[in-house]
Amino acid sequence: MQAPVIEVSGLTMGYGENVVLRDISFSVQPGEVFVILGGSGCGKSTLLKNMIGLFPPMSGTVSIQGRNIVGAHGRKLREILRSFGVMYQSGALFGSLTLLENICLPLEEFTRLPRDAREAVARLKLKLVGLAGSEDKLPSELSGGMQKRAAIARAMALDPAILFLDEPQAGLDPVTSAGIDELVLTLAASLGITFVIVSHELASIFAVADRVIMLDPQTKGIIAQGPPAELRDHSDNPKVRQFFNREA
Amino acid sequence: MTPPTSSASLSHKPASAGLAVTLSGRLDADGVSGIWDEAVRLAANPGQRLTVDAQAVDYCDGAGLALLVELRRGAEAARAEFQLDGLNQRFRDLYDQFSPQDLLPPPSHKEKPSLPEEVGRKAAILIDDIYALIAFIGEFAVALVRAAANPRRVRWRDAVNVAETAGVNAFPIIVLIGFLMGLIMAFQSAIPLKQFGAEIFVANLLALSLLRELGPLVTAIILAGRSGSAFAAEIGTMTVNEEINALRTMGLDPVRFLVVSRVLATMAMTPMLTLFFSLAGLVGGALVMLSLGYPLVAFVNQVQMSVTLGDMLGGLVKASVFSLLVCAIGCQRGLRTRGGASSVGQSTTSAVVSGIVLIAVADGVFAVVFYVMDW
Repeated sequence: MQAPVIEVSGLTMGYGENVVLRDISFSVQPGEVFVILGGSGCGKSTLLKNMIGLFPPMSGTVSIQGRNIVGAHGRKLREILRSFGVMYQSGALFGSLTLLENICLPLEEFTRLPRDAREAVARLKLKLVGLAGSEDKLPSELSGGMQKRAAIARAMALDPAILFLDEPQAGLDPVTSAGIDELVLTLAASLGITFVIVSHELASIFAVADRVIMLDPQTKGIIAQGPPAELRDHSDNPKVRQFFNREA
Repeated sequence: MTPPTSSASLSHKPASAGLAVTLSGRLDADGVSGIWDEAVRLAANPGQRLTVDAQAVDYCDGAGLALLVELRRGAEAARAEFQLDGLNQRFRDLYDQFSPQDLLPPPSHKEKPSLPEEVGRKAAILIDDIYALIAFIGEFAVALVRAAANPRRVRWRDAVNVAETAGVNAFPIIVLIGFLMGLIMAFQSAIPLKQFGAEIFVANLLALSLLRELGPLVTAIILAGRSGSAFAAEIGTMTVNEEINALRTMGLDPVRFLVVSRVLATMAMTPMLTLFFSLAGLVGGALVMLSLGYPLVAFVNQVQMSVTLGDMLGGLVKASVFSLLVCAIGCQRGLRTRGGASSVGQSTTSAVVSGIVLIAVADGVFAVVFYVMDW
């Protein structure tokens, strides 16, 4: 078994005095498509933000490719940040830049690629997410779904080993959503990219996830982990069965 | 072979009726950046056929794929046949998703407008802007009349919050600027007046200019920079986030909901801020007069003799009108925001610039009116 690419250990996090998740631990293997799921308000996005170093946890460690991001700063933090890309729930594209410029920005800042090479890479990324021909558009000229796809293209700009996607399918039509699933599977298989996805789109979870963890706001922890089909069919926990079988 | 520091390398040799290029190593951003220029140069003139051997490529990510597709595009542009051999199947699957056309910029439908078109477009934007401003004035007037008819419909809690942020919190900067202006004006005017032994008239100059002109004017300019911009940014962000649309679909008029309370609060606070500005300016001037050897009572007497209650009231009326203009234009620019974060910035800038222009114009109008009324 390979060393995990992400290892979360004893992580407790929250806002102010309010603990959202307590003492959670899990690991993600290289090339794995790993999904964090749970009902609204269970702390999925908070966990993601702790994993990518945006919020400092109350305690615990988040090791990315063997380097702890908690408390890292300066050059060490920059090196860790280079190893992953993030797609935010709202897209978070830079509104004053065209799509091509949005994707070229990290390439310009972090590589020595000449300009035409940067633009070629950016055009191919846009083609991958089905946005060929939209290079010169501003984010405000795109629909919500297109903005999400462009955000995925930007997260992939530097071909990081790990991609964090925060609800990539939310608000997308089924065809586009299936296209993103296929993209995730292709990139994981061909380039060995590890995906950490926050989602509660069941169809997509069953289509792409190798393994999932399910968070629970009552216990403030992980109540189930494993392949999604296995949890759906064999879990003893009623909350898990309820979630996977869409029961009210 | 190029270059030794790169994690990828490229070699080439003539082949039958063309060129054979061998790629090896890691085709990632670092590797590709070292060989891109040479690869593009070779692909531009390969003869009848360009054969790329990728047998020794260990890794190929987006940058590597861009290089391979660019080689194919270059070869096809040079009317040469392109052949890619030996690429690992897992990379080949990704490569096969692209065609050389994917690297070409989309056909542009935008033509550079001619000068008359450009002038016409700007004129249309200006007319649209004026139309929107007139419509806003109408909406605002109606909202004000309705608020006067039914004061309970005004969101007084919002008004109190705005009064605090735009009024009370502005107190320190207003007093500081007023004090410094009084101090500086007194020193500057004392020098020429001293030549005529008329330093005592510094008090007259200060009192009249601060209460009638500078107090309302500078307070309104500070208001435009501090609060007009804040209103434009806040309402602009609400517009971008579709909060204004939400208000409209709830049947709530954004002008009544957001603008009336802000304008009323600002109009209530600005005359008070103007008074504090003028008072602080007079204190600054008094300090200068004391330093020049005049007793405080002489300064106060001169001030009392030089200004009337009418001067002060005239200044306060001006302050109220200026604050109405600054606040209303800030809110209007916010409501007119379209697009994303950069549009909010443009609205904020526009709010401050328009606010200052309106203050200057209104001040000119007041000067003429006061002259005609002999006030």
